[in-house]
Amino acid sequence: MGLISQIGQWFDQRLQLAAPVREAAEHPVPRNTASWFYVFGSAALTVFLLQLVTGIMLALIYVPSAGEAWNSLQALNHDVTLGWFIRAIHGWGSNFMVAIVLIHMVQVFLFGAHKFPRELTWIVGVFLLLMTLGMAFSGQVLRFDQDAYWGLGIGASIASRVPIIGPAAVKLMLGGPIIAGATLSRFFALHVFVIPGMLIGFVCLHVLMVLKLGINEWPMPGRLVKKNTYVTEYHELTKRDGAPFFPYAVWKDLFFAAFILLAVAACALYFGPFGPTGRPDPTIIQAVPKPDYFFLWLYGLLSYLPPSMETPALLIGPVVVIAFLVLLPFLSGEGEKSWRRRPIAVLTVLLIAITLGTLTHLAGYTPWSPHMNAWSGDPVPDQFVHGTALERQGALVFQAKQCRNCHSLGNLGGQRGPALDSVAVRLTQDQLIRQVIQGGGNMPAYGKNLSPAETTALVAFLETLHPRGQTPARDAARNIVLGDEQPKRPSAQP
Amino acid sequence: MSNDNTISRRGLLTKIGILFNGLVATALAVPIVRFLLSSVTRGSVNAYLSWIPLGRVTDFPEGETRLATFRNPNVMPTDGKTVDTACWVRRVEGNQFQVFAINCAHLGCPVRWFPQSGLFMCPCHGGAYYRDGSRASGPPERGLFEYPYKVENGLVTIQAGELPTPGSPTASLLNKKPPCRAQNDLVSIEGGKLSASSETNPLFGKKKTWA
Repeated sequence: MGLISQIGQWFDQRLQLAAPVREAAEHPVPRNTASWFYVFGSAALTVFLLQLVTGIMLALIYVPSAGEAWNSLQALNHDVTLGWFIRAIHGWGSNFMVAIVLIHMVQVFLFGAHKFPRELTWIVGVFLLLMTLGMAFSGQVLRFDQDAYWGLGIGASIASRVPIIGPAAVKLMLGGPIIAGATLSRFFALHVFVIPGMLIGFVCLHVLMVLKLGINEWPMPGRLVKKNTYVTEYHELTKRDGAPFFPYAVWKDLFFAAFILLAVAACALYFGPFGPTGRPDPTIIQAVPKPDYFFLWLYGLLSYLPPSMETPALLIGPVVVIAFLVLLPFLSGEGEKSWRRRPIAVLTVLLIAITLGTLTHLAGYTPWSPHMNAWSGDPVPDQFVHGTALERQGALVFQAKQCRNCHSLGNLGGQRGPALDSVAVRLTQDQLIRQVIQGGGNMPAYGKNLSPAETTALVAFLETLHPRGQTPARDAARNIVLGDEQPKRPSAQP
Repeated sequence: MSNDNTISRRGLLTKIGILFNGLVATALAVPIVRFLLSSVTRGSVNAYLSWIPLGRVTDFPEGETRLATFRNPNVMPTDGKTVDTACWVRRVEGNQFQVFAINCAHLGCPVRWFPQSGLFMCPCHGGAYYRDGSRASGPPERGLFEYPYKVENGLVTIQAGELPTPGSPTASLLNKKPPCRAQNDLVSIEGGKLSASSETNPLFGKKKTWA
C-alpha cells in the first residue's frame, strides 16, 4: 500500500488532477436526483465509449475501398475470430446509442432541464443528437452493400434538390460525379475522424456544464424557475438536501451502464451482425434498398408526402426542427419544470413519438411499394376463379398484366392500390373499364397495354369480385342508353 | 508599462504575430479549399460527361426494352464494381431509341421494367412509369431521366458520366420530350394528360353491349 500511494503521489505532484477529480466526483447533488430517471446520460456515454473501442477494432480489418470493403466485411464475418461478434456489437451499439440519446433527450425535456441556466447544455445536446444520427448514417454507408449504395443515391437525390447549390452539394457529398470509391473514402473519414472528434469535444463540454451547473433537480409542480433567484435556490437545495454524487447517486449509473452493455452484447450474440447484404454492384438492380431502423420513419414519410410537398418538406423541415430544438430553451427558459404542469410539452412528445413510431411501423412492411413478384408468386386464390371462360381468361389477364403487384386478392399481393376482393360492388362495368384504360387516382393507365379483348376479359373477371349475396354495382341508366328494351334488374335485389 | 495611447513593443509583436499567422492560414486555406471542392469545380462545365457505347443497334430488338450496362468514364483504381452502371434501352423503331437511367426520378432507387404491363416500377416508394418513361403514378414529380443518345456505325452511344438526380443541371438535358408515338395507339399521353381516341378504340363510343 505504501508503494502504491507513493507512486500515486509522484504522479499527482506532476499532474495535479486528484483534487479536481475528487471535487467533481463528490460534488453535492440534490438527493432526489439519485433516481433511475437520471441514468440515461451516463448510459449514452458508456455506449459511445463501447462504440469507440469496437470501432477501432473493426478498423484493424476493414478496408475503406469501394472495391474491397464488402470483401473485408465478409472476412470479418466469417474468417476473423469473433469478427462477427465485434461487428454485431458495433451495429447493435449504434442502435442502442440512438435510442438512449433519444430517451435521454425526452427525459431532460420532460423534467425541464433545458431551462435556465442549462440552455447551452441542451443546445450542445441537440448537436450531440445530430452527430449521433450522422454516425448512424455514415456507419450504414461503411457497411458498403446494396443498401448502402442505393441509400447514398437517396441522399444524393435529396441533396440535389437544394436550390442553386444542390448539384454542387451532390458532387461534394459523393466526391465525384457518381457513387464510387471516393464516396466511401469520404464517409470513412467522416465516420472515423471528423464526427467522432467533434463528438468527443462536445461530450466533454456537455459533461463539464453538467458538473459546473449541477444536475437538474427533481422538478416539483409549482416550483418555478426564475432567472434572478434560481441559482441561489439551487445551491440552498443542494446544501439543505444534497448528497455527494459519488457514491450516493453513482451506483445507479453504474448498474444501468453495465445492464446496457450486457443488453448490447446479448443482442449481438443472439441476432448477430447487420449484413452486409448484396454486393454494391449497381448493375444488380434486383435491390430493395431500405435504410437502417432509425431512418425508417423518413423512408415512410417520403412515400406519403404529396409530390408537391416533398422538396419543401425535405429542405425546410430539418431546418425548422433543428432551429426549434436550438431555440427551445429561449422560448421556454423559465417557469414550470414539472411535466405535470406542462400538458403541451407532454402532448408534443407523445405526438412526435406516435408519428415516428407509426411511420417506422409502416416502413417495416412498405404498403406503398408494389410487390415485384406478386404476379409470378401469388396465384389468384381458388375462390375467385370460377364462372365463364371469359371470366377465367380475365383472371389470367389480371395475373399476367401484374395487377397483383399493386392489388391484393384474398390478402395476397401488393397493397399499393386498394384490395379488389369486392371491387364489383364499388365500381360499375363502365367505371371499371374507364379505370383500367385511363388509370387515375394514382393508378397507371393500361389502355396501351391491353387489347380490347384483354380489357373485356379483365373487366368480366373484375365484375365477379363481390361478396356472395351482394349485388355488383350497376349503372341504372345503362340499359336505356345502350338500347336494351328491358332494364335488367339484379336478381338478388328485393 | 504602456498607457492608453501608446503601444508596447510586446503588444505590437503579439499583434504582428497574430496577423502573420492569419496570413499564413489564409494562404494555406486556398489549396485546402480547392482540394476539398475539387470534385465540385471539375464538374462545373459537364466535365464528367462523355459519349459511351452501349452496344450494337441489333442487340436491341425493335419495340422492346432491354437492360444494358456501361462503365462510367470517370474511373479510379479503387472504385471496384461501383463504376458499372445499368440503364434501360428502349428501341422504339429503326434508329430511334430511348435510353433511361436506372435511377428513379424520385429518390434514385433502381427501377425495374415489366414488359407484360409495360411499366417501370420502383421498389422503394412505388413510383411507376410508362414504357416511354413518362410518369404513371406514385411520388415522382417527373418522368424517368433520359440519356442523350446517338447511333453511329451501328453502335448506340449515350452521353453519361454523372449520377442523375432530380436537381442536377443534366436532369433537364436528360428530360427531352419522348419521340412521337405510333399512329394506332389506343391512348396517347401528352404532358402527363391522357386522352382516348374514339376512332381507334372499340370500347369507346360503341352503342352495342359487349360484355
